[in-house]
Amino acid sequence: MSSRREILDLLRENARYTTEDIARLTDYSESEVAEAIEEFEEAGVIRGYGAVVDWNAVETDEERVRATVELNVTLDRETSYDDISDRIAKFPEVTSLRLVSGDYDFDLEVEGDSMREVSHFISDKIAPIPEITQTVTHYIMESYKEQGMEFDDHDDDDRLSVSP
Amino acid sequence: MTFEAADRVDSVPPSGIRRFFELAEEMDDIISLGVGEPDFSAPWAAREAAIASLERGQTSYTANRGKRELRDRIADYEASTHNLQYDPDEEILVTAGASEGLDLAFRALLNPGDSIAIAQPCYVSYIPGATFAGIDVIDVPTRAEDEFKLTREVLESSGAAEADALVYCYPNNPTGATMTAEEMASVAAFCRENDLLVFADEIYADLTYEHDHTSIATLPGMRERTVVFNGFSKAFAMTGFRLGYAMAPPEAIEAMNRIHQYSMLSAPTTAQHAAIEALDNCRDEVTDMAAQYDRRRKYVLTRFEEMGLDCFPAAGAFYAFPECPWDDAGEFAESLLQEKRVAVVPGTAFGEGGSGHLRVSYATGLDDLKEAMARIESFLN
Repeated sequence: MSSRREILDLLRENARYTTEDIARLTDYSESEVAEAIEEFEEAGVIRGYGAVVDWNAVETDEERVRATVELNVTLDRETSYDDISDRIAKFPEVTSLRLVSGDYDFDLEVEGDSMREVSHFISDKIAPIPEITQTVTHYIMESYKEQGMEFDDHDDDDRLSVSP
Repeated sequence: MTFEAADRVDSVPPSGIRRFFELAEEMDDIISLGVGEPDFSAPWAAREAAIASLERGQTSYTANRGKRELRDRIADYEASTHNLQYDPDEEILVTAGASEGLDLAFRALLNPGDSIAIAQPCYVSYIPGATFAGIDVIDVPTRAEDEFKLTREVLESSGAAEADALVYCYPNNPTGATMTAEEMASVAAFCRENDLLVFADEIYADLTYEHDHTSIATLPGMRERTVVFNGFSKAFAMTGFRLGYAMAPPEAIEAMNRIHQYSMLSAPTTAQHAAIEALDNCRDEVTDMAAQYDRRRKYVLTRFEEMGLDCFPAAGAFYAFPECPWDDAGEFAESLLQEKRVAVVPGTAFGEGGSGHLRVSYATGLDDLKEAMARIESFLN
């Protein structure tokens, strides 16, 4: 028997599956699938749908530069992690923001049109936030796997076309 | 003196799927639902263990029966997943695929002139294997109205009571049929009453979707007369590693090993290293692959229903076995291939009882599967 979790798994695998597809792949009817998705959306379980893009494969002169940034912060009685994250997450340049364990506090992902734009953003907008004590920026040079999808093309099916 | 195939070889016709293979190979951009192996690659950890063993220079023969570490793990795995208890010292033989195990059993445990009941439709090697061993075949065609399960009725009506042994595969290739514990119990009773040995091919055991897999060897009075075959090809997606195993009482394993030690020496060493890792660390991948097959199974069965194609709810392996809407399934499969570039295999390629049906493998990515179903639908209209 399918669980509603399976609907989430399928949408994560491919957000373009139709409710009809999902119904055929599970024990749910189409209307049950539609209802579940609506509930997930309303409850904020599903926050959105997007494409996984390999920017290197996009044939355009436009460059997309991405960087991950390690952020260290200091907290005080009036300021919590949530207060700081609110300020950072509002910038459209920030594509993801996570609190992590280890040597630094926040793991930030930033996107821009050029390295210059990204570094200016870090130095002008992020570094001056009073609670931030240190930033370490890593530009992404090559992406091999994003959101569970490998970007290599060597996965050709080498099986015999018909076998017992 | 010139080369000529020996009589017992000459008497075996070429495989029925060969023709389709040749046709399909000549065509571009076909979607094949005719493949009898997983579309997944072997789990990465298993592949890496194989590479690491090569780097360490572990390229020698192993013990005839297989590496002790592997047999220990197989014993644990079979005990925890299928409730089978076998002693890794004396009751497990690691083979080059489950196919080698079956061949060994035919030759080591039966005499020329003995007879074997073969539940059909079945994997393509059983009948030739029996013939090469000089064993007479008793066809046991299972029936569409029984959803291709093996029943006491078909065993009785086909004269299986006269056989020395019975061989079957459940979950089944090509039908996707499975047997519940109760259904298996009636087969077991028949085998006890008629004193049959049982060769149970359980290569698809972990790909059983609607209920738990029951091995016949777990039923009363069956362990002593059963050889169970399993391996890494299907659930672990390791077909090319060629690694399987047989489990049976010591005297059976001893006899089979006597041929194995001379003909094979030992199963491939690199594959044994990969299999150890597979059993230690790749069970989650197996669960995940099984979940994906199950979704595709539901998809295919639902689509067949939408198309009005009769198909029983196959609950195992990665095959559906719909009824062919044309009288001649071979002709249908050939036209479907020519006109719509979709390969399926006519049931007749798998022996008695398969006629009038098509084997549709869903070991294919969902995008291709969706497209193939759309093409079949348009072919039917």
